[in-house]
Amino acid sequence: MVREQVAEFSIQYVQALDEDGDLDESEAPDLDEETLREMYRLMKLSRRVDERAVALQRRGELGTYAPGIGQEAAQIGSALALAEGGWMVPSFREGGAYLARGTPVHRLLWYALGMEEGAEVSGGNFPPSIPVGSQPLHAAGVGWGQEMTGAAEATLSYFGDGATSQGDVYEAMNMAGVFDSHVVFLCQNNQYAISTPRGVQTRAETLAQKAVAAGIEGIQVDGNDVLGVHAVVRHALESARGGDPVLVEALTYRRSMHTTSDDPTVYRTEEEEAEWAARDPIDRFERYLLGEDVLDEAEIDAVENRIEEELADEIERARAGREGVDPAEMFDHVFAEIPPALREQRAEFERGRTGQYDRERTEGSERDE
Amino acid sequence: MTNELRLVEAIRQALDEELARDDSVVVYGEDVGVNGGVFRATRELAETYPDRVYDTPVAEAGIVGMGVGLAAYGLKPVAEIQFASFAYQAFHQIQQHAARMRARTRGTLNCQLTIRMPYGGGIRALELHSESFEAGWAHVPGLKVAVPSNPADGKGLLAASIRDPDPVVFLEPTRLYRATRESVPEGDHVVPLGEAAVVAEGEDATAVAWGGMVPETLDAVDDLDASVEVVDLRTVSPMDTEAVLDSVRKTGRCVVVHEAPRTGGFAAEILARINDDALYHLEAPVERVTGYDVPFPLFAREDAYRPDADRIRRGIERALSA
Ligand SMILES: Cc1ncc(C[n+]2csc(CCOP(=O)(O)OP(=O)(O)O)c2C)c(N)n1
Repeated sequence: MVREQVAEFSIQYVQALDEDGDLDESEAPDLDEETLREMYRLMKLSRRVDERAVALQRRGELGTYAPGIGQEAAQIGSALALAEGGWMVPSFREGGAYLARGTPVHRLLWYALGMEEGAEVSGGNFPPSIPVGSQPLHAAGVGWGQEMTGAAEATLSYFGDGATSQGDVYEAMNMAGVFDSHVVFLCQNNQYAISTPRGVQTRAETLAQKAVAAGIEGIQVDGNDVLGVHAVVRHALESARGGDPVLVEALTYRRSMHTTSDDPTVYRTEEEEAEWAARDPIDRFERYLLGEDVLDEAEIDAVENRIEEELADEIERARAGREGVDPAEMFDHVFAEIPPALREQRAEFERGRTGQYDRERTEGSERDE
Repeated sequence: MTNELRLVEAIRQALDEELARDDSVVVYGEDVGVNGGVFRATRELAETYPDRVYDTPVAEAGIVGMGVGLAAYGLKPVAEIQFASFAYQAFHQIQQHAARMRARTRGTLNCQLTIRMPYGGGIRALELHSESFEAGWAHVPGLKVAVPSNPADGKGLLAASIRDPDPVVFLEPTRLYRATRESVPEGDHVVPLGEAAVVAEGEDATAVAWGGMVPETLDAVDDLDASVEVVDLRTVSPMDTEAVLDSVRKTGRCVVVHEAPRTGGFAAEILARINDDALYHLEAPVERVTGYDVPFPLFAREDAYRPDADRIRRGIERALSA
């Protein structure tokens, strides 16, 4: 009889900036002060957009909204690591990542206002993906295209801890491995899938180890440490550009509700929330920047004021856009060219709203188109 | 110039020619590379285009989902689902992403993905290798559904599908892959999506069929004393409504034939369109000749399940005698 160990695996955890805002230089990314300030501004902007959006939803202005409060480091740290030319394939909670990719706030609000205009994308961004865990495959496909065409670019895919239970996520990692796809899978383990805690998703000790079965690298990072996330994801993207996909598990916490229709007090304790509040990614980064004299209190005030002004403008733009919604446009983007039966339905719709809906069923009557 | 080809060879020729004419076409799926596909539709393509023909893991959602990404990136993926019955494993990727990408993003991203699927019965296959689901695909907004019934259309419709900027489910009737050799135009040959063909002219009744049921319907019509027009839909979605209505207005009688189960089958949609716009031309109720509302049986019973020339003939006779 033979019994021997044929494979061995381990998962590493990385943290650059600790909870007190002290930096471990050996893990820190090499960033200039301007980039650090931009990171900080984007994290604050993302937080404020989410807070305002939740308030607007409460007033009945927005539809369901999924805030990313608490996950700013994971989103902005990673999205900023993705160079221009790279592709981003997000889930439905990636407001921060979109902002870091230059998407204006009013577009995020348009999506929450139920307008497809908010999902018009450009510059290598995918629209939000609602079916949990389905979109990592699209990222693997884009990354496969990048490998096939010899592009020196990579693709960053976002999904949650719950998504890792979906078969598609495994298929994505497995196929990405087979085809040397230029993709980094970023799992934001925010501890909950709606009410279901991380421990109910899987018996696996880490989510990063889900990479092992697919034969790709898996690594954990402190997801509330923007510098650690940035360093780990940048490194992972470099690996992906060479045809070696990576799964990064960012350990973080969704500090607010799953969506505006969710009440987390049903499934979470105040103690747990307080514990994570103390690890808040923005506070931690701010402490570090103040300590390094990259920022001072006056500059923080200035950043906050600019954000409030920008938000006021963008909310107005969102509202103005809402006024211009033409429902008949729902027929216009189903196909590149509208087929006859659909053209007829569009005409029927137009007749209906102009009060001329009086369809004749008699033979030979011409359709009024 | 034409060539005498079988359907599966015509499909292979279309793939070959599209790979040759457009560098962004990528062909992939389970066993399509070295093995040339279980039906050999991709035979030797991997040798000619080693960087654009790929074997994939057995993962249907993965195959379609990767295709969504490839298409968004600007390539023109042609994915093979080994048997259409296993496309259900990828239904969510097709319905939730491929078919919606254009509408979700108001045209800023589209999904130029062709999904080839051998479908239908008549080849004594294993359980779950014979289903027809064209009505299901046609029910998904944003998808086109093409179904060739002969080699020339196999080539022309596939070329059109690959060049079409929208996602196309391309159903290949396994029963017809090797049934006959017929003339197929050499070189560029495109059969536009959304155009039916009148494959037999007639005055007394119209029979509408597609894919695997077209030869059976032509057989049935051959032995009838009446003059029956046969319309091959060729594209189930978008459907060429006018072609069907024109024929029904001329003949006043109609039979719709499909292999799929009757309830909710595509015949129901065709009946509804006739009802909408040609009702007063009808001299008899529209008849349906279809599979039954049962799971496609194992092959000892498949001949009983699939409409054959006899059943189609009786359907036409009912329409003629009413
Ligand atoms: C396929 C699918 N099943 C169920 C849902 C409903 N749903 C929306 S979000 C969610 C939980 C997702 O959890 P996770 O992946 O951890 O992401 P998070 O919400 O924590 O960011 C569920 C079950 C869905 N959108 N899609």
